[in-house]
Amino acid sequence: MTIKQISELLEAKVLCGADRLDEENDIVFASDLMSDVLTLGDYNPVILTGLCNMQTIRTCEMGNLDVIVLVRKKKATEEMIEEAEEEGMVLMECDYSMFKACGILYAAGLKAIY
Amino acid sequence: MHFEYQVYEADFVNAGAASSAIKKTLKQLNINPSIIKRVVVALYEAEVNAIAHAYGGTIYADIEPDKITVKIVDTGPGIPDIDWAMQEGNSTASPEVRDMGFGAGMGLPNIKKNVDKLNVSSTVGVGTTVEMEVNFI
Repeated sequence: MTIKQISELLEAKVLCGADRLDEENDIVFASDLMSDVLTLGDYNPVILTGLCNMQTIRTCEMGNLDVIVLVRKKKATEEMIEEAEEEGMVLMECDYSMFKACGILYAAGLKAIY
Repeated sequence: MHFEYQVYEADFVNAGAASSAIKKTLKQLNINPSIIKRVVVALYEAEVNAIAHAYGGTIYADIEPDKITVKIVDTGPGIPDIDWAMQEGNSTASPEVRDMGFGAGMGLPNIKKNVDKLNVSSTVGVGTTVEMEVNFI
């Protein structure tokens, strides 16, 4: 599924990385715990998280994870958007709860890592 | 190549700066991306630990043709029971650290999973030294 389709399913607002919306990604990992996000090895899933601070962006940078959806109506700061942009990430904001966002993507056929 | 970085207590704004710099250097050296990720994940967890649990410290990184060695030396309360700290789920993190998305007791176990050699030594009331090594081949 393209990142654009994911953004549409989640009615998410794309904050940066709009030039990458045609790329495909079929795996999702959802967590508010950044240490969990750092356990994914070579996978590069779409990250769904309700954690909304600079550590969200930094952790994803360390883990080579470059598509991030902030759920639960969290709003990224200017600093987060700038950093994400600099790292070439796609950063989105979604008003849905984690449960709803995950449910929609799972029902649409996206896969879990485990 | 030798690098040194200072980290400061509760300086979450800059947490990851050293790890990010090392990542860029390893990329420039064309190290295998999977290996870079292991190094960076381990280093980032250690960097966050020094910021979250200690009063600050120094990160020493040495890149050789076949491996990277990193030593994180902090001054701080130390770890009374290293075996306990190495187990997943055990943590003494503050609410502030948990708000940052850490503090679930996965830092040291995550480091262990990603490195080829790990040595943690600590003196209560003095500080902790974490030494890690990752082979490039």
